Amino acid sequence: MALPQAKLTATEVRLAALCLPSAPGWTRLAREAALARVRAMGMPGRRDEYWRFTDPADFVSAEPVPATHHARQKIPVFDGMDRVKLVFVDGVFDATASDDPALAGVEITRLAEAQGQDIHWAADLYGTLEARGQEPVDRPLAALNTAFATDGFLIRATGRAEKPVNLIYRHESDTSDAILHHVIKIEPGADLTVLENGPSAARFNKVMEVEIADGGAFHHVRVQGRDHDRRAATHIFARLGRESAFKSFTMTANGALTRNECVIELTGDDGVAHVAGACVGDGADFHHDDTVFVTHDAERCESRQVFKKVLKNGATGVFQGKILVQPGAQKTDGYQISQSLLLDGDSQFLAKPELEIYADDVACSHGSTSGAIDETALFYLRSRGVPRAEAVDMMVLSFIAEAVEEIESEEIREEIVERLAQWLARHRG
Amino acid sequence: MLEIKNLHASLEEEGKEILKGLTLTVEAGKVHAIMGPNGSGKSTLSYVLAGRGGYEVTDGSATLLGQDILGMEPEERAAAGVFLAFQYPVEIPGVGNMTFLRTAVNAQRKARGEEEMDAATFLKVVREKAKELNIDAEMLKRPVNMGFSGGEKKRNEILQMAMLEPRVCILDETDSGLDVDAMKLVADGVNAMRSPDRGFLVITHYQRLLDHIVPDVVHIMVDGRIIKTGGPELALEVEKNGYADLIGEAA
Repeated sequence: MALPQAKLTATEVRLAALCLPSAPGWTRLAREAALARVRAMGMPGRRDEYWRFTDPADFVSAEPVPATHHARQKIPVFDGMDRVKLVFVDGVFDATASDDPALAGVEITRLAEAQGQDIHWAADLYGTLEARGQEPVDRPLAALNTAFATDGFLIRATGRAEKPVNLIYRHESDTSDAILHHVIKIEPGADLTVLENGPSAARFNKVMEVEIADGGAFHHVRVQGRDHDRRAATHIFARLGRESAFKSFTMTANGALTRNECVIELTGDDGVAHVAGACVGDGADFHHDDTVFVTHDAERCESRQVFKKVLKNGATGVFQGKILVQPGAQKTDGYQISQSLLLDGDSQFLAKPELEIYADDVACSHGSTSGAIDETALFYLRSRGVPRAEAVDMMVLSFIAEAVEEIESEEIREEIVERLAQWLARHRG
Repeated sequence: MLEIKNLHASLEEEGKEILKGLTLTVEAGKVHAIMGPNGSGKSTLSYVLAGRGGYEVTDGSATLLGQDILGMEPEERAAAGVFLAFQYPVEIPGVGNMTFLRTAVNAQRKARGEEEMDAATFLKVVREKAKELNIDAEMLKRPVNMGFSGGEKKRNEILQMAMLEPRVCILDETDSGLDVDAMKLVADGVNAMRSPDRGFLVITHYQRLLDHIVPDVVHIMVDGRIIKTGGPELALEVEKNGYADLIGEAA
């Protein structure tokens, strides 16, 4: 079907500002196929079913909206941890700021350097999970990413990684427009944790494809924060094998526009997929969108979606979450909760929870709520001497707890809570 | 120590008057009990004293050690020495019992211009006091009141009271939902805190709690006022004859 003229024009404008890499190597076919998908789908528009709550205009414009780099010095999250640091500055890899990517049981290769090499496992995956994730919902920004990504990492875990890999995205230029694409493969029985943090760029488009083989485990903790003007569209595409585990948690503070999509396919029996997020937004210049799609296509799999949003002073939160249970995916255990805590009357939460079930022996539940601070609980805390502002912060942390508890590592969980507490203390009133 | 004079208070939303000229003085070192039928305004009195929103004081005063407490925020009242043990303690997921308690203790100390209690001292003190109330380490670690039984919640209230060392303790229907053993444990905790510089206001519907926490003075509250004041024997009279006779007598 031909695209409407407006979409066609928007797509051409966006594509005109980009160019394919000159030496794409083995990624060439995947990139060309992705470009064809982009042309067929067109750039997202306000009328698209899954963009009704979030205006994609700033993601599809030829140039990014400038974003002031926030120079406030502070210790970055995860800084005290033993991990392998891989640093990008405005989407450009910075080798001197990074650690030597040598980690027992893990192969780490830069996408920009790997295109000339023969890396079979990555060639099979690059763009593949993204392409699968285009059904039944179009995700054109992800296809755009596959076609035009300038760099990223190919990470293959063959054993139990002794420490996490930390992808750090620094932001320095006010007009940076970064497109990064990571491909991760967890081999049978292997176990890897990937951490991500940093404001990234004025505009950031990131895709992470994650294939988890039978018995593999992938843990992901991401912190998006700091710069108020930054805009980010991110996608995670994960495919899980038998008895494998995928656990992802994202904390977001600040950011003019964030769209985090997570597309998960459970293809082997007894898989477990948890995706969680907490965001705190202060001001009308905060818009945060979590869009999640979990497909159960095997028996006895468990999926959990836990999203909490704390909004004030005109901030907007969006949640679109779906659980699709395919025929034959019996004994599926699906759970989805999305909640917002509105700290004033100006903020809003827009939620679209969906269940689509084609198997008859499943347990799926979903819920979505929006509410204010519980005055009784607040009084309880204050009656013990806790000042109002601190008591409100405690209530916010209490509200977010269910999402934060999805982080398995106690060390990371505590750090995230501490960061949240600091953010809340800075944003009182 | 706690002086309540001609206190009138209404529900803010409905404008309905609940407290209709209540006068009462709790002296330091004394335990006063307030008994009364349902709807007499006992819980409202406790909330108005602790500063819960939703009530409007239209007349009268309440002072603690000469200080007007009605104009204070709830946290200021707490720092001044008011403690309310809730009838229904609130569950707060994601906030550790210990974290909460330490925040509360140090916030009060800070408000009073005292030095904050360091982590090691706090841990030592809380463990000692918890042990006396039969509260184990597991309960201390859990989120505030989450998964606690009725008895555990009430013991946790008493633990908070013991840590915060208030000047006046208001116990709102602390016996509700407790079996005899649990009630005894709570009563022992309260009795251990009786001291010459602390007053108690024990609100209860039934006489049975007063077998364990023996009051110095018993007040009968009906329709927002104290209609009769006497010694512990007054509670026994209520137990035997109910409130009807007393109400008739006052009318």
